[in-house]
Amino acid sequence: MSTTLLSRPSNESKPAEKKRSKLGFRLSILTCVFLFFAILLRGIATLPLDTSSLTPFQNWLNSVSDWIGNNRTSNPIFTFFINIIRDSINSFVTGIQYVISQPIGNNSAPLIGWFGIVVLLSFVAYAVANIRIAILVASGLVALGLLGFWQESMDTLALTLAAVVLALIVGIPLGICAGLFPRFEKLITPLLDFAQVMPTFVYLTPVTLFFLIGPASATIVTLVYALPPALRITAVALHEVPWSSVEAAISMGSTRMQALRKVQLPQAKRTIVVGINQTIMAALSMVTIAALIDAPGLGKVVIRALESLDIGSSFQAGLGIVILAVVLDRTTTAAASKVDAEMTLAISHKRHRQILIAGGVLSFVAIIFSRIFTWAGNFPGTGFIGSDIAKYTDNATNWFQAHFVNYTDGITNAVSYGLINPLQSILTNSPWFVTGIAFVGLGIIFGGKKLGIISSVCVLGIVGTGLWSDTMATLASTLVAAILTVAIGIIFGVWIGRSKRADRIIRPILDAGQVLPAFVYLVPFLGLFGATRFTAILAAIVYAAPASIKLMADGIAGVPATITEAGIAAGSSKWQMIIKVQLPSARRALALSTNQGIIYVLAMVVVGGLVGAGGLGYLVVAGFAQISLTGKGLAAGLAIVLLGIMLDRITQAIAARSTLQGNK
Amino acid sequence: MLDSQAPMISVRNMWKVFGANPEQIIGNPDADLTRQELRAKTGNTIAVRDVSFDVAPGEVFVVMGLSGSGKSTLVRCMTRLIEPTRGELRFEGEDILQVDEKRLRELRKTRFSMVFQHFGLLPHRKVIDNVAYSLEINGVGKSERHSRANEVIELVGLQGYGQAYPEQLSGGMQQRVGLARALAVDPQVLFLDEPFSALDPLIRRDMQAEVIRLHHQLGKTMVFITHDLAEAVKLGDRIAIMRDGAVVQIGTPEELVAKPADDYVANFVRDFPKSQVLTLRWIARPPAIGEDMNGPILPPTITVNNATRQIVESNLPIRVMENGNLLGVVTSQDVLNVISGSEL
Amino acid sequence: MELKTRRFRRGTALLLAVSAMTFAFPAALPAQAAAKCGTVNLADNAWVGYEADLAVVSYVLKNSLGCKVVVKNLSEEVSWQGFPTGQVDAILENWGHADLATKYITQQKAAVDLGSTGNNGIIGWYVVPWMVAKYPDITNWKNLNKYASLFKTSESGSQGAFLDGDPSYVTNDAAIVKNLKLNYKVIFTGSEAALITSYRAAQAQKKPAIGYFYEPQWFLAEVPLVHIKLPAWTQGCDADPKTVACDYPPYPLNKVASAKFMNSGSPAATVIKNFKWTNADQNSVAKSLAVGKMKDDAAAKIWVTAHPAIVKQWLGN
Repeated sequence: MSTTLLSRPSNESKPAEKKRSKLGFRLSILTCVFLFFAILLRGIATLPLDTSSLTPFQNWLNSVSDWIGNNRTSNPIFTFFINIIRDSINSFVTGIQYVISQPIGNNSAPLIGWFGIVVLLSFVAYAVANIRIAILVASGLVALGLLGFWQESMDTLALTLAAVVLALIVGIPLGICAGLFPRFEKLITPLLDFAQVMPTFVYLTPVTLFFLIGPASATIVTLVYALPPALRITAVALHEVPWSSVEAAISMGSTRMQALRKVQLPQAKRTIVVGINQTIMAALSMVTIAALIDAPGLGKVVIRALESLDIGSSFQAGLGIVILAVVLDRTTTAAASKVDAEMTLAISHKRHRQILIAGGVLSFVAIIFSRIFTWAGNFPGTGFIGSDIAKYTDNATNWFQAHFVNYTDGITNAVSYGLINPLQSILTNSPWFVTGIAFVGLGIIFGGKKLGIISSVCVLGIVGTGLWSDTMATLASTLVAAILTVAIGIIFGVWIGRSKRADRIIRPILDAGQVLPAFVYLVPFLGLFGATRFTAILAAIVYAAPASIKLMADGIAGVPATITEAGIAAGSSKWQMIIKVQLPSARRALALSTNQGIIYVLAMVVVGGLVGAGGLGYLVVAGFAQISLTGKGLAAGLAIVLLGIMLDRITQAIAARSTLQGNK
Repeated sequence: MLDSQAPMISVRNMWKVFGANPEQIIGNPDADLTRQELRAKTGNTIAVRDVSFDVAPGEVFVVMGLSGSGKSTLVRCMTRLIEPTRGELRFEGEDILQVDEKRLRELRKTRFSMVFQHFGLLPHRKVIDNVAYSLEINGVGKSERHSRANEVIELVGLQGYGQAYPEQLSGGMQQRVGLARALAVDPQVLFLDEPFSALDPLIRRDMQAEVIRLHHQLGKTMVFITHDLAEAVKLGDRIAIMRDGAVVQIGTPEELVAKPADDYVANFVRDFPKSQVLTLRWIARPPAIGEDMNGPILPPTITVNNATRQIVESNLPIRVMENGNLLGVVTSQDVLNVISGSEL
Repeated sequence: MELKTRRFRRGTALLLAVSAMTFAFPAALPAQAAAKCGTVNLADNAWVGYEADLAVVSYVLKNSLGCKVVVKNLSEEVSWQGFPTGQVDAILENWGHADLATKYITQQKAAVDLGSTGNNGIIGWYVVPWMVAKYPDITNWKNLNKYASLFKTSESGSQGAFLDGDPSYVTNDAAIVKNLKLNYKVIFTGSEAALITSYRAAQAQKKPAIGYFYEPQWFLAEVPLVHIKLPAWTQGCDADPKTVACDYPPYPLNKVASAKFMNSGSPAATVIKNFKWTNADQNSVAKSLAVGKMKDDAAAKIWVTAHPAIVKQWLGN
């Protein structure tokens, strides 16, 4: 619209340069002042707290959780509201289980046996995507059976489906509201941040207090994590619809609903399908953690294998989760691009319809088969390849441990003494107000007064949880993990971004890294690197690096051809191209991948607590396990959220800044 | 021209102020600040400033201005896509700013339609369903609306493209779809917001000719927004020139060229080939003493361009006569002055 | 658009028809053994010793009484939560948890103490065996400061690293270290898996490792960690968690069940009440599970077949 009225000064480049050198100046001043006071006031006001001690706030949280436990059967909020939610979710999940995973009554197979499911789901995949995806789905499902985890996989699928369906039922309408009403969006954004950064461990206990042990709790825990992407991406999808077409529709006399239904939603469809994909992936990533409160399925196998340090079995089940993830991811991705194709290409509907009817009949016959014949009802055999995979994994891990254990100590010590210890010593030994003011300063430098206020609220909030010292210890490990993650992100991102072939080979590995439950690789890591902070950092990197690498690779691949051509034309060597042309042009991607790196690393803080990282992660785990520490665990979760929001906002501000500069 | 008839659209003292507390700016000394000063002081922007004009039935009324002059906001205020801050807006005498949502939608569905700079087509619908959209929300049945849509598609010269998707068409063709869509409900007024500025010059010329043809064929009242003076002159019965939200001058093309209201308008029209617009009325001068008064006679409504040949070929001064009265004389020297730009 | 909606509608109709027919279709698959004692919900806590109890009890309930056993993977605290709601019928091996016992047994009367499992829990400080061979006097706590520097790691700074275990177990180690003036720093390994892996690696590579551990535990069959003697436990010496300077008390492990379940008259309640065996019994089953990687039922079957008299006692015959 021509109402953007501000005329820009013509000589823009000079002030920008000045601004940048000014930024560098301010940053170095801030660093110097921080270090000066950190050393001067060393050991004062560091707010340490013993593991077994509690602050009044933490005690209060304890009493809240006690109150819930005591009033569950009598308070009307529970009997009329929460219990009804619980019962409906429970019957929803068990309903799905009876259809695909659990035998009902005296039958030995669920309503639809494995054969029926394989044919039916392949047919669905064909209908929403294409024949290649249908084949992938069929082979993926059969592989699950061959691994020996048919029923467990279907239980996981049932729970995931239930959580995803609920997430979409709630998330899409709310996302539409957020897309239409900016005020509503502003209101719920912090809540979504909270839900995504809050470690799941923290609310496992409260959720079971509210909803008891069982499928309902497992579903809700998964739902909390899977809902935000559904909601956010729906809102984004509506924002992406060109305003001109909405305006046109209104100018023709459409009501708000008509514009939404006939103009905005059809155009937003593709992005919403992408949101469904993200929701499914988020739900799958909760499979193992939900197993801690008795969620059925593959996660349970992983957890039980971990008890006896059975690496082979846990890998075997982890592989099952990866297969499920790949199948669901590829299907929804293909469905999204098909939505695109349907928009512009007139597909021959008649032939398509005939095939669909044929497929439907085929599925029907397969379902009947799976109810008549035993071989089609329960997956035959007890896992033809599963035990072999477990055995090979064990052998490989043992070999690896035997051969590399001599080097691993050196690596652990180098990173610990070289990076973690100095950083942790500065952060935990300097007074809270010095470090706090440094954070507020960072906020102001990068994001102005508003970010300064957000940072100070976060700092004071962390102090309020009573866990400042633990937060600083966690921050030190988080920063080291983030630095290593970004370094890896740059190296691999540049490689993948520059080579299509590398991309094709590495991307599936990255996908697997993101969905393989951390529990699966924790034990081998423990064997190699001991119960140390470095092991925790390593686990965080495995989880965080894929996202970082992908963002970097997309950034490098997205550098406009004219820029790279100009670089080549100027006679740059390969390294000059990377360092002087491609990396600077992909500055925004670099900032974003740092941001995502930190968020992903923070998501693993709790897992780190399971392998010796201490800090907030350990407190969260302890809070889940010990009744007297419940309040402290909640407080630790809160501290993680506050730290996460602060780091996220600051790095986002940095990213936004590099976008502005990148556009020049 | 058409002044004798009751206006189709009448705009009175219309204001649009963006930002917080817009009402307070109007009538306040702040309203006289420059745009930057006001923005720095209150954060407000005045996009439309006390605008009044009438549009007669069947007229092509052009609003012209540079980007940021408020013309797009003005046209949106006229359809209430943006709510004006203050003012009066009448459509065939009906006070549009007072009507409720339902009546407004009814008006939009049946009386006026709009063509947009970036087309605003719905990418997920075929051409025919784009054109039939407003019929669809009017509750017209499928076969009826498709047959009506096909008629309009033919009218804009897109026969055979009904089943295509917008993305498969060129820019010019997409805007033809936009035109067809606007015409589908047979509206009384068409609002065209810089409809051709995203198109190539050659295609733009075709589309302008198309609008002229449609105007002759259908006789719709049009409010046409543009930043291109040539386009304004070519299409407009009258032109309003906007600057910083205010209308600086309203007049026929020749009035603007002949008598610019201020330096801003003068600057605007300076490089415009005046001979295309000016009629003999504007350059006829009283005969000098002793000038030969036996030259050929021409009417005052003929443009300089069209009269040039006769004037140059005549050895005697041309007499400009209207209803038997002598308005003045014109010689080839006067024509040369206009063409070379030294006149006026 | 139009076309598609119709297609979807037809698809939905088809799907509905399919599901309707599948429901109506007579189930032709073979039926399982009919249940006599109903369903028993057993908590499954996160250590292998518990797993062994669970395997054997479930096996007996299923095969001798025809019960349907539902196993719930839960942490200890969450298991107790299940008593008042009826979601957990019994916990087969409970380690202390006086606070939970007060809340659910004494106050809410939702749970009942079913007495000892016959296993005696020992919690304490342990050291890897190769070190005892090399430094025999290390098993006395008074000598620990002498060896503190051996245990230094990247995690413990200038002090020796003392490994603490799964956060579910309430430990006094930090207080003990402090009150006995030992030059050690407690490192929270965060999970049993981490703790065991640390000891296993230390023994294999002849690296020092000292920390918290407990018996019965199958891992002791693989690496016989050596118990270090702390100042002996006396009644009340650990009353104040801040001033503890003595060893852990012996833990007679017990079974806990929900009051509702015990009053239900289920024959399974009798079996769980009578369930009792020795540390050696549990370790043998646990080892089949953890080291032999056997399935629960297979491991249980071996032990049950070998000990018919004990099982008969449990069944109350």
